[in-house]
Amino acid sequence: MKQDIHEYLAEFEDIPGTRVFTAARARKGYWLNQFAMSLMKAENRDRWKADERAYLNDWPMSVDQKEAILARDYNRCLDLGGNVYFLAKVFSTDGLSFAEAVSTMTDMTFPEYRDMMMAGGRSPEGNRSIKGKY
Amino acid sequence: MARITAGVASSHVPLLGVAVDQGKTQDDYFGPIFKGYEWTKEWEKVENPDVVILVYNDHASAFDMKIIPTFAIGCGEHYKSADEGWGPRNVPDVEGHPDLAWHLAQCLVLDEFDMTVINEMDVDHGLTVPLSMMFGTPDAWPCKVVPLAVNVVTYPPPSGNRCWALGEAIARAVESFPEDLNVQIWGTGGMSHQLQGPRAGLLNREWDNKFLDMLIGDSDAARHIPHIEYLRETGSEGIEMVMWLIMRGALGKSTKCLHRHYHIPCSNTAIGHLVLEPA
Repeated sequence: MKQDIHEYLAEFEDIPGTRVFTAARARKGYWLNQFAMSLMKAENRDRWKADERAYLNDWPMSVDQKEAILARDYNRCLDLGGNVYFLAKVFSTDGLSFAEAVSTMTDMTFPEYRDMMMAGGRSPEGNRSIKGKY
Repeated sequence: MARITAGVASSHVPLLGVAVDQGKTQDDYFGPIFKGYEWTKEWEKVENPDVVILVYNDHASAFDMKIIPTFAIGCGEHYKSADEGWGPRNVPDVEGHPDLAWHLAQCLVLDEFDMTVINEMDVDHGLTVPLSMMFGTPDAWPCKVVPLAVNVVTYPPPSGNRCWALGEAIARAVESFPEDLNVQIWGTGGMSHQLQGPRAGLLNREWDNKFLDMLIGDSDAARHIPHIEYLRETGSEGIEMVMWLIMRGALGKSTKCLHRHYHIPCSNTAIGHLVLEPA
């Protein structure tokens, strides 16, 4: 079944608290993600840890993107085209687990987030659609 | 003649690899997760497959934003464990099966699935965690592996229907390989999880179990689930479940369930695991 691309993409905007990694975000975040990817190499991680700002200046990223990374503001990074699998290279280098890093994007502390997961996770109830409120 | 004898589905959460590598599989947190794989470990020893076609997704390890193949097949001799930011997992190298892999690549292209051929790459937790879950910690993996990487990161990923049809084409291609091989196909990733944004942490036990039910028996309803349903119901990373449909499609019209396991949570994720055989 062939889908219309405009309708397909429009539906993504109706999901609460979610930035789907569309082509538009992938284009916007290209260098942000490629920078993050560079931290897969141990020697780059060393250079990054020694001077984060100097390391970022080697990449053609926007000022906003650089500030968002320095602040570890991952929701802002998502808005600026970051993808979590790429951003994971940054928080892994910081020594954060996936769960802890992910919790920083919610309105919870890490212990609160962990408790929520142990209790069965965030319910889909009311979290599926902005317009439909279901 | 080569034949697909079974299908295995499993989540591939990186934390499971950490638990194996740090010997924590029996503790209070991980014990109930790993208990659900004990049956499969014993079963795999008996089944002793020659090759596993392992459907997984790369998480910005072998593929960055430079190249985004929708369907890629590993045709190399061997693959090393990727350094995902904290050093590579200390697991055996993965041995490929270039003869079967190239046969599949050729057949699939003739069958109108235009595969990307990968000769050299490192493989990340998406591929090595399922091997650890099914085979434990051997000195060498007990079978060869044909990696089949699916783009589920940059939208749009392939549709469920396309994944199912690719599975059907893989089954036809395996059957035309002249060597006598016991081949399994594994679909990995999922189940419900969202790793980003204020909605992170979403899990959906009810939907996940409905999905598990749909893969058993003769229904093909799962192939028609649209992407938006995965996104709304199972979180932004739940879309990985389309990879399970490649496995399911390769098993033919009907399946029998040999083993089933579901557990919440592992890190941010719901763990699901199925062992199926063609029926």
